[in-house]
Amino acid sequence: MTFDSDILIVGGGLNGPALALALASGGMRVSVVDALERRRLTGADFDGRAYALALASKQMLSALGIWKSCAAQSQPILDIVVSDGRPGEGAAPWTLHFDHTEIEEGPMGYMLEDRFLRRALLQSLDEAENIRQINGRRVVEQAIHPTHASVTLDDGQTLRAALLVGCDGRDSATARRAGISRTGWGYEQTGLVCAIAHEKPHNGVAHQFFMPSGPLGILPLPGNRSSIVWAETSDRAAEIAALSDADFLAALHPRFGDFLGAFGLEGKRFAYPLRLTLANSFVAERLALVGDAAHGMHPLAGQGLNIGLRDVAALAEVLIHAKRRGEDISSPLVLARYQQWRSFDVAAMATATDGINRLFSNDNPILRLGRDLGLGAVNAIAPLRRGLMRQAAGLSDDMPLLMQGQQI
Amino acid sequence: MQGATTTIDAAEVAKFEAMAAEWWDANGKFKPLHMMNPCRLDYITSQIAAEFGRDLRNAHPFKGLRLLDIGCGGGLLSEPMARLGAEVVGADAAEGNLPVARIHASQSGLTIDYRHTTAENLAGAGEKFDVVLNMEVVEHVADPQAYLSACHDLLNPGGLMLCSTINRNPKSYMVAIFGAERIMRWLPRGTHDWAKFITPDELYSLIEKAGLNPVDRKGFVFNPLTWSWSISDKDLSVNYVTASIREK
Repeated sequence: MTFDSDILIVGGGLNGPALALALASGGMRVSVVDALERRRLTGADFDGRAYALALASKQMLSALGIWKSCAAQSQPILDIVVSDGRPGEGAAPWTLHFDHTEIEEGPMGYMLEDRFLRRALLQSLDEAENIRQINGRRVVEQAIHPTHASVTLDDGQTLRAALLVGCDGRDSATARRAGISRTGWGYEQTGLVCAIAHEKPHNGVAHQFFMPSGPLGILPLPGNRSSIVWAETSDRAAEIAALSDADFLAALHPRFGDFLGAFGLEGKRFAYPLRLTLANSFVAERLALVGDAAHGMHPLAGQGLNIGLRDVAALAEVLIHAKRRGEDISSPLVLARYQQWRSFDVAAMATATDGINRLFSNDNPILRLGRDLGLGAVNAIAPLRRGLMRQAAGLSDDMPLLMQGQQI
Repeated sequence: MQGATTTIDAAEVAKFEAMAAEWWDANGKFKPLHMMNPCRLDYITSQIAAEFGRDLRNAHPFKGLRLLDIGCGGGLLSEPMARLGAEVVGADAAEGNLPVARIHASQSGLTIDYRHTTAENLAGAGEKFDVVLNMEVVEHVADPQAYLSACHDLLNPGGLMLCSTINRNPKSYMVAIFGAERIMRWLPRGTHDWAKFITPDELYSLIEKAGLNPVDRKGFVFNPLTWSWSISDKDLSVNYVTASIREK
């Protein structure tokens, strides 16, 4: 039986195109449907959004042939300094210090602006054989049949494939249409995201300050620029988001002091309410969920995209290996392998992220002492610290081939 | 349709007929086979690719190869082989398996020639194949030597036979009979008769007497922690597989 494609991906953000490229490299025919017009996906100006790519994610982009066209625009993260601080007091004496020379693989990760990653992915999509792109069309209906899955678009056309993959974000309509419910909760926190240009060099160092109201991340971008991820209680964040740019900068300044010198805003400011949303299953009949569609998480450690790419790498590996064995790629047995591979990792990361955030996001003096001592203890134990670093760099065990930089 | 006579044990056939409808239920009685299948297929596909110089990254790497799946059951191996491009004959002595296999193949959009027959009958009719899959069958036949001789006759010169079975030792009794049948209830009680299990050396000797040249053997090992099977070079203590060639 022939369909329009082997696999139909709903969602053309970052994970969708990455999955399409991985699958096409394994000989599959793929369609990618996205609700946005292509023009809006490829706006060339810096809008302030950037990603902290774990080393494993960078290796995966290399294996997919994407990294070569964005390497020049990336900033290696050479060191991560984690500290507990309160506004005006600076960092506590017991701080957690990660240095890339303690793990062997080179930099801990790379900062890359959204526009460059998106452009590189979309260019590769255009050049790939076996990938059909449908932009500016919404899915209005999806159905699962004994022999295939189908979706109907808002222009009335119907697409058929052996397998449907939802890469359509934390409010995944693909998951909802499949009847997959979700578990989650809000954090009453909002992530304020922007980029700044500053006077002094950052030397490739990323900083994570744990504040009573939530963490503040300062992540190095090429040149004298940094990406800011600032978590605040939602009420306070709404006030800050409403400030003028000048007042916003005035509010930001005391959070991390003068170590970068004078700074100004680059691009737009974004506000993301923080909440955890986990799909109660990552697979259903002829369907799999990837990235935020499966698990939207607190972006505390910048792991959202990295975990999404790990889903992509795992799903592509499961499907391509199944195809080479002659298995039906859409069989429940094959999809169960993907779910099993990913669910432990995702649950561990969600719990860890949630736990760390809950621990640091309060001003109880006992807890504050505890976390100061706790972080100091982690810092004193080298194997544990290296383990955390490898985890942060995405180098833990059971790694998909693409994330090891290998072809499937 | 040909009769299922010769070395097939009538009581064994009846047992599988009772289970035929369950073949494609991944969580049903054949769950252990479904769980083991990726591992079996990894071995089968890599051996065929190596022997016939095929690249598994191609869309239909087994195109042009004629393959026989003996004891095809519901088609758990026949379907993947057909999907990879082989011209597949699936043979089963249990008549009830065949409608299940045929219905499923048509649902999967695959063309497979399923027949109610035996290796001996096919050999007697002069059928020839490039590959004979002989997986988890030899421990169920009444006369393994006569059966393997029929497998030899079914191969073209240069052809490949893949034969898996269960070792005979105290561990295999604990795992395959006591564990799989009695404790886990993965398999209906009486699926296997431990006395019919064959050691790897005994199997090599039977294969050689049948006129084939055994070239490889590996273990299939179940890991109860990860709940998955893997191929082992060393551990052939329970499930194992062999590859044999008919000389050109």
